[in-house]
Amino acid sequence: MIKWLLVAIIVGATSIGEVLQAAGMKRHGEIHDFRPGALGRVFSAIARNSLIILSVVMMAFSFFAFMALVSVADLSFSVPATAFSYVLETILAKTILKEDVGWHRWAGALLVCAGVALLSL
Amino acid sequence: MPSDLVAEQTRHGLLLLKTRILTVIVVLTQVVGDYFLTYGMKQVGSMVGRGPLEYILALANPWVALGVSLLILWLFSHMVLLSWADLSYVLPVTSIGYVLVALTGHIFLHESVSAGRWCGVFLIVAGVIVVGRTSPSTVKKEERS
Repeated sequence: MIKWLLVAIIVGATSIGEVLQAAGMKRHGEIHDFRPGALGRVFSAIARNSLIILSVVMMAFSFFAFMALVSVADLSFSVPATAFSYVLETILAKTILKEDVGWHRWAGALLVCAGVALLSL
Repeated sequence: MPSDLVAEQTRHGLLLLKTRILTVIVVLTQVVGDYFLTYGMKQVGSMVGRGPLEYILALANPWVALGVSLLILWLFSHMVLLSWADLSYVLPVTSIGYVLVALTGHIFLHESVSAGRWCGVFLIVAGVIVVGRTSPSTVKKEERS
């Protein structure tokens, strides 16, 4: 029972966290310069980005819940059980981030979700 | 203008190239990071019902520390990739990591992979190919400064 509660926390926090992260990085803009100094400036800028800060908080929740989950369950249970986040995040990407989710993307998300479920057998 | 066309194709080619390189980094840091984290947490023991301090102390385990370091790299590379690529593109494409976990388990740890699991590997690869053929970025750039 505790395992499934942790799975629910992980799926919820990961989905919200990744949507916030994607929104925050789109607000920052495309990264072109990969030299160390430029990357340092990028990270100091995104450390002050409120969407990114919130996303890191959600990812931290998800991460500690995942640490707790793998301490009581096998990785071959933990990883597939949290795969529902693929479908949830694709829905959020379309509705909140306004991404152009065509049939290729839906088919891909469903194929991956089904594939991850089969891998857990 | 032909030169504009060439510039557009070059720009698109560069976008695809850096998307693929970042995708490889994102996938490898996550797969190897998760592996070390799990390996270390099995040594540390159950974390259910423990306080925040014990989570910090778990970092004293070298495998946990190595796993966490790789997962920090994963977080940064994932952010860089999301600075131009759609979430609905990044998500399915980086799932190739599951296939990598199954294949490395089979090849290096000699784990048996059942017919059902091979089907799972096939479905994920198919999903990655289907999504990988779409353009990484579909959102209009008008909001960007």
